[in-house]
This record gives sequence, structure tokens and C-alpha cells, in this order.
Amino acid sequence: MPLEGRGGDFCGELPYAAAFSRALLDPDLATPTVIAGPKSKAAMKRYNVYRNNVTVSLINALAAAFPATLRITGVDFFRAMARFYVRSTPPSSPLLFEYGRDFPDFIEQYEYAQSVPWLADVARIDRAWLNAYHAADVQPLMQHELAAIPSEQLPNIVLEPHPATRVIRSRFSAVTVFTASRSDGPASHIEVVEPEDALVTRPALEVEVRRLPPGGAIFLGRLMTGESLGAAASAAFSESPSFDLPANIRGLLEAGAFTTIICGES
Amino acid sequence: MKGLAMRGAAQASAALRFPAHSIAGRVGTSFKHEHLQAILTDGKRDRFFEVHAENYMGAGGPPHAALNQIRQDYPVSLHGVCMSIGGPQPLDKAHLQRFKALVDHYEPALVSEHLAWSTHGTTYFNDLLPLPYTAATLARVTDHIDQVQEAVGLPLLLENPSTYLIFPESTMSETSFIAEVVRRTGCGLLLDVNNVFVSGTNHGFAARDYLADFPLEHVGEIHLAGHTQQADDEGELLLIDSHDCPVTEAVWKLFDVVISQCGPIPTLVEWDSDLPDWAGLKVEADAAQTIIDRHVQGLKRGKAHAA
Repeated sequence: MPLEGRGGDFCGELPYAAAFSRALLDPDLATPTVIAGPKSKAAMKRYNVYRNNVTVSLINALAAAFPATLRITGVDFFRAMARFYVRSTPPSSPLLFEYGRDFPDFIEQYEYAQSVPWLADVARIDRAWLNAYHAADVQPLMQHELAAIPSEQLPNIVLEPHPATRVIRSRFSAVTVFTASRSDGPASHIEVVEPEDALVTRPALEVEVRRLPPGGAIFLGRLMTGESLGAAASAAFSESPSFDLPANIRGLLEAGAFTTIICGES
Repeated sequence: MKGLAMRGAAQASAALRFPAHSIAGRVGTSFKHEHLQAILTDGKRDRFFEVHAENYMGAGGPPHAALNQIRQDYPVSLHGVCMSIGGPQPLDKAHLQRFKALVDHYEPALVSEHLAWSTHGTTYFNDLLPLPYTAATLARVTDHIDQVQEAVGLPLLLENPSTYLIFPESTMSETSFIAEVVRRTGCGLLLDVNNVFVSGTNHGFAARDYLADFPLEHVGEIHLAGHTQQADDEGELLLIDSHDCPVTEAVWKLFDVVISQCGPIPTLVEWDSDLPDWAGLKVEADAAQTIIDRHVQGLKRGKAHAA
């Protein structure tokens, strides 16, 4: 790995950090020899304070970032699962709210979570929620701004997505489960067999999570990659014959999914 | 210093953004979003708030909205926790730029970081890790602090660490190391009194001896916090700098000693997990204020008597 190599070059004359950090996330490795207890005391339990701080604080960071996932699994299961992830994939950025971007993929593969196949999708909504929470503050596109576009130009316009906007597609009822898990009410039985697509937005300061109507995910997904309104609508109709274009546009504007209109070539 | 000259221009433009609030002699608390409504309802304006810089490095959203609101009415202290100043590898330039952007936007009254490291290679360990005190690490730390001060255009307050072990390769004491960093960089110091007590217990030295060797004249801020107890390999007391409980009696006594020597210094009660409600946190801040006020009154009486 080139970056590891670079760190090694810079740190050649100061090897303490490499020696100290090697065993931080691996409880099977011996206590580093560069350290000691004071006055000839042993250093194992002392070093373990750092090991514990690192692992527990990172598990806590994941618990804070994935609250719906945690509510579904319970604390003990979540912390055991997060410990595996922390040890295999420690953060590469000092910004902890960036940590865990691939935790949902890890959950999808996690042996002990196979009986809850929608768990990874709920974690994806948790992660999208946190992205939206920290996204830039931008005024969303208003209904009247779109209404001002002459109807013959509408198929050619491109809509700039709001920085908070995310779509998560699920083969399960992940939106229903997510919403129930984030509410304070008692967990009731939920049928999870119906596929659901989530829309996550933050039109002002509150993050909002909605279920997209049929064809909505493909429609918004195409729009977010820069396709024109007409092309995105065609794609949505071909996936879902019941796709309701005006209702979808209205819903997306209500959610604050876009920021500006770019008028394309006709 | 070039950075400090640049500060004038930054201050002139930012003066339009936030009112200038003096932090001199004030007591502060860690700012937690769950306390925001209680703080606004409370309405007392004689305190300050400290934030962990990294929590405000997102592009926008509720964190910035809350801090903008607080910064209108209070002085703010910006406390970095992961610059990795004590690490051997070069500072993360992108992180330094993010830190500078926060200083430029929020105009903090105080800016601080730790004598510790948290990143090695590409891995961020999310803890304040210790370093040996040698000529080579001194040169590296000095260089890193120069870079931070150059970037933000303010003197940095460097915080003494709480530690649990030693590096046999160290050739100087922590206090000599810190004094030399101050002499070389012109930085100030954040004296964490709880860290002195925790390290003293863990390493078997007297906290008062550490303070006698510490360059107190450069202290620009004090931290107070709670700690918890564990045992070391020999079954003897090992204190953990946990920030999750009230300040202990021993630390209050040390704080009293420092204030009697230094006069009023901005003082923060750090509480980061197992948070009490706002009223509970205020009890701790009030206790710090009482100690500061007593010494200020003593100074006034002394002056009146001398006159």
C-alpha cells in the first residue's frame, strides 16, 4: 500500500508510532516492546487502556451513526458485530461521521446477520441519514420555480440534486422497518416481504425519510446522474407502467430533492 | 510572525459575522447539542463553550446551525482532538485546512490541540496516543506546531496529556519537553489539571511537583474533568481520564493551587460521555467559578490593602 510505505519513509527515524499502533486493534499481538510501566512495572494492562479506548470509542461511533440498525439487533449483537468491523476496517479519516460507509456491506456479509437479510438496507438508510445530516446547507428548488418553465421545455431540463439527497433501494420493506426502529413506540410485527425504496433528504435542518412510489427510485436515480427529465421519465415508465410522473415530481419537490434547474438543449 | 499579521485582516471581516466576546476569567463547559435549548432558555451570558473541532467539519446541517447560534452570545474555544501533532508523520494538510476554515468562520477566542498522536499511516485510531520525549520528537512536534500556528494565524494552546505508560527511550521529562516546545514555537499551553493528577497517580509522581516544573506563565486555558479507577498489572491504582463524571476533590484542590498562583484563567469543565443535564453540568461550572471568584476577591482586597 503506497500510503503505508510513505508513512514508513517519513517515520523511519521515529519508529515509536508504528511499534505502538501495530497491536492496538489486534488483541492477539504481544504488548509492544517500546513501552514500559513506570518504575519497572509491567505495561500490559496499561497498554490495554489504549486498546480499549480505541475499540470501544469506534464501536460507540458506529452505534451513534446506525441507531435504527442497533435497535433491530439489540446492543450486544450490534457491539459484537461492530467489533469485528472495527478490527478489520478501522477509520482512514479523522472525521468520525465519515466512518462506516461500508459498514452496511459488511453487515450484508456478516455470518450472524444472515437471518435478518434486510438489516444491511436499514443500515444503508441510517448511513444516508447521517450524510444528509452533515450535508451542505442549500435552499431546495421550489414548486413555483419549476412551474415557471414552459411545458415544451420540460422534457429537456436537468435537475441538480440537493447535496443531502440519497436513494436506497431495498428488496425488503426497509423503509417501514427503519421508520419503526427510529420511532419511540413499541416494535410491532412488520411484514418485510414487499420491496421498498427510500428517499432521504434534508430540505432545512430536519432529515426526512420517505418511501418512493413505484418507478420513483429509477426516475430520481436517472435524474441524479444528470439525465434529462424526459429520459428519466421514460426509464421509470419502462420499469413501472404505473409510474405517475406529476405525482413523483410533486413529491420530490416537497421533499427538497433538488436545488436548481439546468435548461438543456432541445 | 507572518500568520499573526494575517490575523488582522481576518478579524476585520469576521467582526461583521459575530460579536467579540472576551473570554478572560470565564468558566466554560463542553458544548453538547442536547443542552442547546436549556442553554438558550437559561440566558446567562457569563460563560464560554468549547467544541471539538472535528464535530464541525461537515459541510452544514444542525451542528453548524447550533454552533452559529451559540457563537452569537458566547465566546467559543475550538479544541482539536485529532491533528496528530505528536505523531512522526507529516500533518494531514487537508485536515489542517479544515481546521483553519473553522477558525476563520467562528473566530474562536481560544484554539487548542493535544500533545499526542492519533493517526499512523492511513489509520485513524480515535484516541490520544502517547509519544516518547526525545530530541527527535521535540523537533517534530515543534515543526508541527509551527505549521498549525502559521495556518490559523493564532497562538495554539498545547494540552498536556494523561498517560498510562512510559517510553524507556525518553531522554527528558514531560515538563521539560513542553517548556522547550513553548520556547521554540511561542505557543501557549492548555493545562489539564485532571491529566496532571491522572498521570501523577499512574506514574507515581506528585502532581504538585509537576506543576512546580510546568511553565505556568504560558497557560492560556485550564481543563477540569472527572476520572475513573482501574488497576494496573500489579493490582495498584490506575486512573483513567474518562470525562464521564464529576471533578474529584483532589483535582479541585490542585485547581485552587494553580489559580492562586496564576490568577483567573479561562477554565473549562470537560464532560463528554454519560452527560448530566444542563443543570448538573452547571453545578460543576459554578464550583470552578467560586474558586476563581474567591481569588479575584482576594487580589482586590490585597490591592486595596496595599493602597
